[in-house]
Amino acid sequence: MNAVLEDDIAPAGEAELADAVRAARGPLRIRGGGTRGLLNTIEGEVLSTARLRGITLYEPGALTLVARAGTPLAEIEAALAAEGQRLPFEPMDHRPLLGSDGEPTIGGVVAANVSGPRRVQVGAARDFLLGVRFVDGTGAVVSNGGRVMKNVTGYDLVKLMAGSWGTLGILTEVSFKVLPAPAAAATLTLEGLETAEAVRVMAAALTSPFEVSGAAHDPDDATLLRIEGFEDSVAYRADRLVELLAPSGNVRVERDAEAVADRWRAVRDARKLAGDGEDVWRISVKPSDGVEVARRLPDARLLLDWGGGLVWAGVAPGVDLRAALHGVGGHATLVRASQETRQRFGVFQPEAAAVAALSRGLRARFDPRGILNPGLM
Amino acid sequence: MHMPAPNPDVLRRKARIVERLAHVLPDGAVIHEEHEVRAYECDALTAYKCPPLAVTLPASTEEVAAVLRVCHEERVPVVPRGSGTSLAGGALPTADSVIVGVARLNQVLETDYDNRFVRVQTGRTNLSVTGAVEEEGFFYAPDPSSQLACAIAGNIGMNSGGAHCLKYGVTTNNLLGVTMVLMDGTVVELGGAHLDAGGLDLLGVVCGSEGQLGVVTEATLRILPKPEGARPVLIGFSSNEVAGACVSDIIKAGVLPVAIEFMDRPCIRACEAFAHAGYPDCEALLIVEVEGSPAEIDEQLGVIKQIARGHDPVELREAADADEAARIWLGRKSAFGAMGQINDYICLDGTIPVSELPRVLGGIRKLSERYGLEVANVFHAGDGNMHPLILFNANEPGDLEKAEAMGADILRLCVEAGGCLTGEHGVGVEKRDLMAVQYTPDDLEAQMRVKDVFDPEWLLNPTKVFPLDVSETRRLGAPAAAA
Ligand SMILES: Cc1cc2nc3c(=O)[nH]c(=O)nc-3n(C[C@H](O)[C@H](O)[C@H](O)COP(=O)(O)OP(=O)(O)OC[C@H]3O[C@@H](n4cnc5c(N)ncnc54)[C@H](O)[C@@H]3O)c2cc1C
Repeated sequence: MNAVLEDDIAPAGEAELADAVRAARGPLRIRGGGTRGLLNTIEGEVLSTARLRGITLYEPGALTLVARAGTPLAEIEAALAAEGQRLPFEPMDHRPLLGSDGEPTIGGVVAANVSGPRRVQVGAARDFLLGVRFVDGTGAVVSNGGRVMKNVTGYDLVKLMAGSWGTLGILTEVSFKVLPAPAAAATLTLEGLETAEAVRVMAAALTSPFEVSGAAHDPDDATLLRIEGFEDSVAYRADRLVELLAPSGNVRVERDAEAVADRWRAVRDARKLAGDGEDVWRISVKPSDGVEVARRLPDARLLLDWGGGLVWAGVAPGVDLRAALHGVGGHATLVRASQETRQRFGVFQPEAAAVAALSRGLRARFDPRGILNPGLM
Repeated sequence: MHMPAPNPDVLRRKARIVERLAHVLPDGAVIHEEHEVRAYECDALTAYKCPPLAVTLPASTEEVAAVLRVCHEERVPVVPRGSGTSLAGGALPTADSVIVGVARLNQVLETDYDNRFVRVQTGRTNLSVTGAVEEEGFFYAPDPSSQLACAIAGNIGMNSGGAHCLKYGVTTNNLLGVTMVLMDGTVVELGGAHLDAGGLDLLGVVCGSEGQLGVVTEATLRILPKPEGARPVLIGFSSNEVAGACVSDIIKAGVLPVAIEFMDRPCIRACEAFAHAGYPDCEALLIVEVEGSPAEIDEQLGVIKQIARGHDPVELREAADADEAARIWLGRKSAFGAMGQINDYICLDGTIPVSELPRVLGGIRKLSERYGLEVANVFHAGDGNMHPLILFNANEPGDLEKAEAMGADILRLCVEAGGCLTGEHGVGVEKRDLMAVQYTPDDLEAQMRVKDVFDPEWLLNPTKVFPLDVSETRRLGAPAAAA
């Protein structure tokens, strides 16, 4: 279990959590595993979900899993693995990048809508989230969605809660659609490609019918493609892709399961940028704009994922990356930086005025006292 | 179903409202003569009809904004409309409402194959989105059976699904961005060609909001490369329970078919009589479809057939060629039409956990006996989305009411089983008064707060989704307290 410090508020159940929110007299810092350094800058008492723990329902035959928000991700992944299933969106582990400790929780994954390389093929955490229960800023317990795969009953607050970083409510329970883990996987590697060429190669692979489940490019290393599925099918698609991409260079095929998993874990966790000394930004753009991002950031250390649509950038401390990318479109989030830099630029990309007004309006209604992770978003 | 009385003050101002609308739109874009507005008096839930005050057919985002500004100033309720194929009454007008129809907004604005998206105006039909990209080997995945007629606007309004969403997801999973006009005429851009929101996921809550948060005029949609091929198998069983167990086993085995469709005996018989698809006469039938290269298809179907054989199928037929594949699908795709030939029917849309299938089917059978109305079941079994069709006779006084009461009982059963009232058709007016079965007052309050923010005066499609008594103070009262 994640550590609960003496002064933390750590309710053991949803009703107790609702009481704690109602009783709160000031801001609350909501903590799952505390693996994201960001939250340290918020003022206020820590409200920990560590005691809201456990898988409450898992039906492999229905591809559904329900868990309390404070359940460690590792516990969920182990339960799924035992049935040959997995969370398809491949949530990253931030600890190597942020040098943090603690155990990532499933509630934290949802609150930050954390997805990895497979997002480009199957969707994000929000796409597999079927239902949520949460306590809003007034202490009301709200349920939305459920445990079934198709549900359009009323508004989709499930999507709204995913990626709301605790600012609309404190998640107490989440349910997911899960998928079978594939029998086999392969990594295709091309070396020596310029970023523009690499993005073209990744687009060619992603627009082929061969179901590429990962497409990443490290300008200092190699261009990677992943395929997964039944044994014969992976072999067949690997052959076809090698054929397709042959004009761009020599394609190496790695089929050892452990090696494939390791390689993609490193991409998933942006391990290239682990350590400190740099600010780390996470930039979401139209995939072909990954090339433009790279061009505008000649001094940055980069890792491109999602076929170019996700760029991890390590830059010198204090660089105004959003200014450098002005006009490109998409958004840039500051993932690792000093408190001062975070305050100067804001962690999240500023929104257009009309959109910002809607977001502000929602926060004001779900949390009228402004006590849930105030100032974070 | 009850609708609130129209606001007499709005009715009285009709001439002025029409004049102001005509002033901001080109000739012919405002329809207000009584015999003309009647064409818009209902959607595909034809049991309920009401001609609107007027209908507007703007042809650009700017025109939509101009219409909404007028309606906002005049405090006239607005009902957004795509193609009017909603089965839930989502596009049903009230006498004091102005319809904003997006039929003239039907252009493809941008196709970008390398980045795998297409940007369209939302009046474009679902099928013609695929039509615009299929020459290059792409398709738009959500495929409601109504795809020839329904518009992307309504798909976004209802977060529509289709037969293939087991693999590809529903509208929300394939929607990257929208241009939307708020009730006061403000234009907002949510999302775009990049993935995921930089702030709160407003796009996620707009999709499926049934025309209550804004009028969506443009959409960026994810397109996918077409698979190399697809092939269905048809499996007949001697009981619903066994068919249900087979579905669960297929899913557990690690195959991910693109579709698993289920039909029961009454439905099989009606489809067979209508479409002559060559279906066996049995209790339950599954159509399972997989995709890939011929060898990949063989590999997956091998697993599926082996599982099916373990459940003593009365029939196991794999499509040998495209012709046979089409025949296997023909019956399923004509199911609603086939039922419509022999009866009036209500089509339900609850979802249940797949594991509850046998129990819920048993419960439906009991209700069918109790009410004395026949039910035919056809549904997307892989994801538990059921479409029980309750057969009744519209000419028989009281029969519709009886069918509706039975429908409500079936939906209660779905909720009790851990499911929900609607999997893809939406709440509209049809399931509006059942919302309290699934949601607590706090749950509904949280949803209504979202509308308070987007549409503080509750002018957009206000009589839908939320039970009338629950939304009353918001609809009638002054604007909800400002935040
Ligand atoms: C024979 C038949 C088969 C069907 N099969 C399926 C199926 O397989 N899967 C499925 O999911 N549905 C199905 N449907 C239901 C229906 O087709 C879908 O709900 C469809 O998405 C509605 O699209 P539409 O353009 O006709 O929308 P409309 O009926 O015009 O409107 C639907 C809702 O969207 C809102 N809306 C419309 N335009 C806008 C806009 N511009 N901005 C904001 N909101 C808007 C409306 O106010 C309304 O609430 C079927 C219907 C029929 C008649």
